[in-house]
Amino acid sequence: MSRQVSIRRALVSSLAEVLTWPQRIDRYTELVAPTWSLREARAKVVAVRRSTPRSVTMTLQPNAAFPGFQAGQHVNFTVDIDGRRHTRCYSPANAEGQRLIELTVGLHDGGVVSTYLHDHARPGMVVGLSGGGGDFVLPAVRPRRILMISGGSGITPVMSMLRTLRAEGHVGHGGQISFVHYARTRAEASYHDELAAMPDVRVLHGFTRSADTGGSARLDEGEAKLGPPHETGGDAKLGDLQGYFGADHLQAAMPDPDVVYVCGPPGLVAAVRDQYREAIAESFVAPAAPPADPSGASVSFRGSNITVLDDGRPLLQQAESAGLTPAHGCRMGMCKTCTCRKTGGTVRNLITGALSNAGDENIQICVSIPVGDVELCL
Amino acid sequence: MSQPEMTLTPTEAEALGREFDAIRTRVLADLGQRDADYIRRIVRVQRTLEVGGRALMFAGIRRPAWLAGVAMLAVSKILDNWEIGHNVMHGQYDWMGDPTLHGPTFEWDSACPSDHWRYAHNYLHHTYTNVIGVDRDIGYAVLRVKEDQPWDRLKLFNPLNALIGFVVFQYSLAGYELEVERMPHEITMADKRDVLRVIVRKVFRQVLKDYVAFPLLGGRSRRFVLTGNMAANMIRNMWTFAITFCGHFPDGARVFTVEEARDESRGMWYYRQILGTANMSGGRLFHILSGNLSHQIEHHLFPDLPAHRYAELAPEVREICGRYGIPYNTGSMPRQLGTVMRNIFRLAFP
Repeated sequence: MSRQVSIRRALVSSLAEVLTWPQRIDRYTELVAPTWSLREARAKVVAVRRSTPRSVTMTLQPNAAFPGFQAGQHVNFTVDIDGRRHTRCYSPANAEGQRLIELTVGLHDGGVVSTYLHDHARPGMVVGLSGGGGDFVLPAVRPRRILMISGGSGITPVMSMLRTLRAEGHVGHGGQISFVHYARTRAEASYHDELAAMPDVRVLHGFTRSADTGGSARLDEGEAKLGPPHETGGDAKLGDLQGYFGADHLQAAMPDPDVVYVCGPPGLVAAVRDQYREAIAESFVAPAAPPADPSGASVSFRGSNITVLDDGRPLLQQAESAGLTPAHGCRMGMCKTCTCRKTGGTVRNLITGALSNAGDENIQICVSIPVGDVELCL
Repeated sequence: MSQPEMTLTPTEAEALGREFDAIRTRVLADLGQRDADYIRRIVRVQRTLEVGGRALMFAGIRRPAWLAGVAMLAVSKILDNWEIGHNVMHGQYDWMGDPTLHGPTFEWDSACPSDHWRYAHNYLHHTYTNVIGVDRDIGYAVLRVKEDQPWDRLKLFNPLNALIGFVVFQYSLAGYELEVERMPHEITMADKRDVLRVIVRKVFRQVLKDYVAFPLLGGRSRRFVLTGNMAANMIRNMWTFAITFCGHFPDGARVFTVEEARDESRGMWYYRQILGTANMSGGRLFHILSGNLSHQIEHHLFPDLPAHRYAELAPEVREICGRYGIPYNTGSMPRQLGTVMRNIFRLAFP
């Protein structure tokens, strides 16, 4: 019976392929509703909350093509802004296995996508959503005593783990969970009220910058300032933990845990690993600004495992000097034969003088020179 | 058929190049939502016309339904090939980062494999525009459309070849990369085996879709679906033929020797593009159906800018041409096509 169904399904899909060629069936179904696509995972934003001044929380309803994710993993989120497609990695905060996906995006100063979502996210918006990726996940056999530590917008993957564990009744089955979160201020602490309403979880907050003094520790921007503990005084807004993560914080949260998960800026991850070497970590780093002096930067051709020193010439010429033979045509930035995927780094277009984005995008290598390290799919 | 002289000095050409570069930079910086909305709207219209046209043909036993179906499918195919396919394959919308509008991978509803097109058209034709012996688009390697092309006895078939091309143009384009004009002396079919395989596969898929699968689905209407698809393809072919022949073959569009184009500056390249190209005047719908190739001059200056911008750039381009004393060749479609047809007949003879 099920075999008949699958044969019939295969016939229907190959017929659809013949009839819609050279396009895919999705190119037609999406005209009816933008989330109607069989192959591409997309989602509709069904709710938007802005519960802290520097974050936005979106509830997404994915289509059937979305393969799901494991608690702690990230998904690729795609949104069109001013006609251009942008992709970012975000870790859902909801428990795994739920129908709706919850993304909380921290506002990143100067960030194109986070700023756009902060200002413009609204119900009805349709976005792209790839399946979960990354090894920052819970083991199949859950450890008993679990400590989770997060900083800034790094709260989302551990929030997902926490919600998943609670849905499984981890504590009821004799487990223990401690949850430590660092935010700049009380007002910026995401999920504060929800965490406060979890009697079975030991929740500790640390606020590294009081709202009125405007201190210098900027947790959510990846600055490595989370080293040694550092007392900032007895302000009531400073939460349960004073200063930055250290031995005392570990002691207060959960002495001798079975496993530690940490997600946050590199400084926090390093500080946790100083105390607990085997901590499982997920770090996020803000894209670096292009250096003023590009000399000495490296150009990596990922497909062929070749890395060369930037000599300032267009990438096509540098690739050819490195022994590669990229497709090309006019060599003057016009015919687009040389268009190539850049997977990292910034380039300057010699014709327009424009700087590219730092991320994944197509560039014309015959008229692009590197500005800092560049990575190409060549 | 007088050829305009190349009178621009290298210094003037350099200044000209700077002016066009400035326009290009300005438009690139301005690309955004408007352009994305435009091309997505065209895609939506095209897909809707396609679905509607094919559906109507199933009711093709009624003549008005059949006629409307043919018209809708023909317009859909014209939009797919030109305002969408040709322009997307130029990379005009690559900046959007949308994989369905990505130049290097887009495939169109035409017998011609898109990879072959990207090479012959985007690279050869747009880089060496109207250079005799390099740009095979001058007469599509078969016709004699310019006096400077050498005459041989095969050119007596000029009008007949043009007529065949008129009806089955998509197959002429499909076979373009075989370079039959170099056979059997320079190359043999064996050299082109891989090319041929790609062409056969593409033609097969197209025939399977338009002439087997949809007619079979039509059941009792299969005859009407078959003839309707054939008619729509033919209308698309004729339109394509007319549009593309009016780009560089009308009177006044100059051809160049290899010497004239050797080691040219960017400014001289711009200059050659204008001298070798002709525009067609018309209304907004006409421009869209031509894929804005009616603004062929603007297209050749800025082949990778979204084509719906050409109409906005045309007055500026024309003004610049006026200042530099460069002829700006434009006219109605009947006028431009008229000179093309006359030349095809006249140049059949030495």
